[in-house]
Amino acid sequence: MFAPFILALRAAGVPASITEYLALLRAMKEGVAGFSVDDFYHLSRAALVKDERHLDRFDRVFGEIFKGLESPQGEAPRELPTEWLRKIAEKTLTPEEMKQIEALGGFDALMETLKKRLEEQKGRHQGGSKWIGTAGTSPFGAYGYNPEGVRIGQEESRHRRAAKVWDQRTFRDLDEDEALSSRNMKVALRRLRRFARTGAATELDIPGTIGATAKNGGSLDLHMVPERHNAVKVLLLMDIGGSMDDHIRICQELFTAARSEFKHLEFWYFHNCPYERVWRTNRRRKETERPMMEVMRTYGPDWRLVFVGDATMGPYEIIQPGGSVEHWNEESGEVWMNRLTRHFRKAAWLNPIDQQHWRYTQSISIMQRLMENRMHPLTLAGLESMARELAR
Amino acid sequence: MAQFKGTDNYVASRELEVAVNASVALQRPLLVKGEPGTGKTVLAHEIAKALGYPLIEWHIKSTTKAQQGLYEYDAVSRLRDGQLGDPRVHDIANYIVRGKLWDAFEADAPVVLLIDEIDKADIEFPNDLLLELDRMQFFVYETRKTVAAKHRPVVIITSNNEKELPDAFLRRCFFHYIRFPDRETMEMIVRAHYPDIRQDLLREALNVFFDIRQVNELKKKPATSELLDWLKLLTIEDMPAEALRSSDAKTAIPPLYGALLKNEQDVHLFERLAFLARRRGG
Ligand SMILES: Nc1ncnc2c1ncn2[C@@H]1O[C@H](COP(=O)(O)OP(=O)(O)O)[C@@H](O)[C@H]1O
Ligand SMILES: [Mg+2]
Repeated sequence: MFAPFILALRAAGVPASITEYLALLRAMKEGVAGFSVDDFYHLSRAALVKDERHLDRFDRVFGEIFKGLESPQGEAPRELPTEWLRKIAEKTLTPEEMKQIEALGGFDALMETLKKRLEEQKGRHQGGSKWIGTAGTSPFGAYGYNPEGVRIGQEESRHRRAAKVWDQRTFRDLDEDEALSSRNMKVALRRLRRFARTGAATELDIPGTIGATAKNGGSLDLHMVPERHNAVKVLLLMDIGGSMDDHIRICQELFTAARSEFKHLEFWYFHNCPYERVWRTNRRRKETERPMMEVMRTYGPDWRLVFVGDATMGPYEIIQPGGSVEHWNEESGEVWMNRLTRHFRKAAWLNPIDQQHWRYTQSISIMQRLMENRMHPLTLAGLESMARELAR
Repeated sequence: MAQFKGTDNYVASRELEVAVNASVALQRPLLVKGEPGTGKTVLAHEIAKALGYPLIEWHIKSTTKAQQGLYEYDAVSRLRDGQLGDPRVHDIANYIVRGKLWDAFEADAPVVLLIDEIDKADIEFPNDLLLELDRMQFFVYETRKTVAAKHRPVVIITSNNEKELPDAFLRRCFFHYIRFPDRETMEMIVRAHYPDIRQDLLREALNVFFDIRQVNELKKKPATSELLDWLKLLTIEDMPAEALRSSDAKTAIPPLYGALLKNEQDVHLFERLAFLARRRGG
């Protein structure tokens, strides 16, 4: 009997097993969790998650599965009848229960009915037991459910209540596969800095050397000083003007925040696929445009080239001359990509699309091939692997 | 059964309380992870105090073997006794040295057993203890005796995350990850240790402390124990709060910083940053 809660966790990449699920059930029977939803959350987390990197995934699944649990008016202490809590853990989530729910028209319908009953209940005398004890005839009676102290949430009320612990997603930063956002920016920045720090540690101190050499009566005395900036120079080419804008902004913030760590950092924009022109300011595209050839002359092969884009477009936009949707391009995107990767020997592509979906989009596969498989997801883990590769 | 709760001396979150109580109730080990200095080791002491159980501590080093926790056979002593003609030599039981698990199993009342920093040991170490921790018994081959727990001990295992732990081991534990305390929690922890600390000094000290932790280049960021040490020094020296006031951790070296930065490289880094900042500013 494998519970869907466990299945949902496993599907989300939390390797919880039946052993752990049974431990959870036993702990509930022992009454470890007290009477609040928060306690139940803490308990199931302590029982089912064994790695801090998985805590955030757990929070998401928990929020999804236990959508219905919450307190009246979203107040802080979330009191729940123990019995009901136990039963929901034991029963709601078994295959049989799912079938029952199905028979009732799905989970939402069940909750809707329950809510209506609750409202009915409110008009009657306190603690009325219209359906308590009618086990077998009412889907709720079987739980020994006591309506006081709980509200069954619907979407609209979800937005008005106080945030639940698991909704706060405190462990997000610890998840390696979380997409880059202002939340995990700090961690990302640390990764990026580590990458920036690779490079020459010292440089020639010219005034020092001249002074010392003069004092030495003309025989050369070299002096070195620690270099304040690191040697890494980064050229960012970013896809702008569409679905990508949010990701681009995040990326730009990230690299800008690390700016002092790089020897040089330059931004340029393209749309969908790099062709013969790039520009510096999207709002004043025409005035700030530069030929790609000039960019390649300006920045030497020692610059690290980082593309940011979803690489999602019609395949012809990459492989055919004139394939661009915006202008007539004499040479195909493929030709330009090859030129760029030949000039900038160290290059990488950051893609915000979930890596699982890459192989279903033809243009991503083409771009991945042109990049010689140096495409990385725009996540902490992806940033790390990009940094490792570019530092080599 | 006594429940574990935070005390005047130890600040525990509700989630930590639930995890501890689950592991006590189900008699399964509790694995506690978190940055150094987040109170993992002290937790075991607090649990023992709360439950009124004695504490048996087993601190793991890189050379510790699982077998040492059960027992060791002291062949050298036996050889020496044999040469001296000591009659003890005839009973091998005289040369069996009990380990911490044995002590915990044979205790007449339940105990808390702390296995501290399990990730220091060999990767096989946790697997080698699986069966013994599960069944709470083991066999002594030399004397053909089984040592079984009279009372299942409460087992607290800590890890600093230096090595991954095997899945089979993890499945048997409850798990809690102690997050690095936020400012509010840290203030509570400090007050638990120094109830009479001056408010202005504490505020400025926490500013400096959290600023320093922002410097990502540090090899070892100061944690709770360093903060507590530093505050103690500041109080002894009767440091005025203004002495700590500065807009940027990078531009000034805080007084008595030796207590915060234990690593020589980090001290150098700090001095260099302060020097550069002064030169830039002046
Ligand atoms: N929650 C807490 N409440 C009270 N003191 C704490 C807390 N967390 C840490 N400390 C103090 O911080 C110091 C370091 O704790 P320790 O248990 O040695 O950390 P760890 O084992 O995680 O490295 C100790 O002096 C301890 O008293
Ligand atoms: Mg410790």
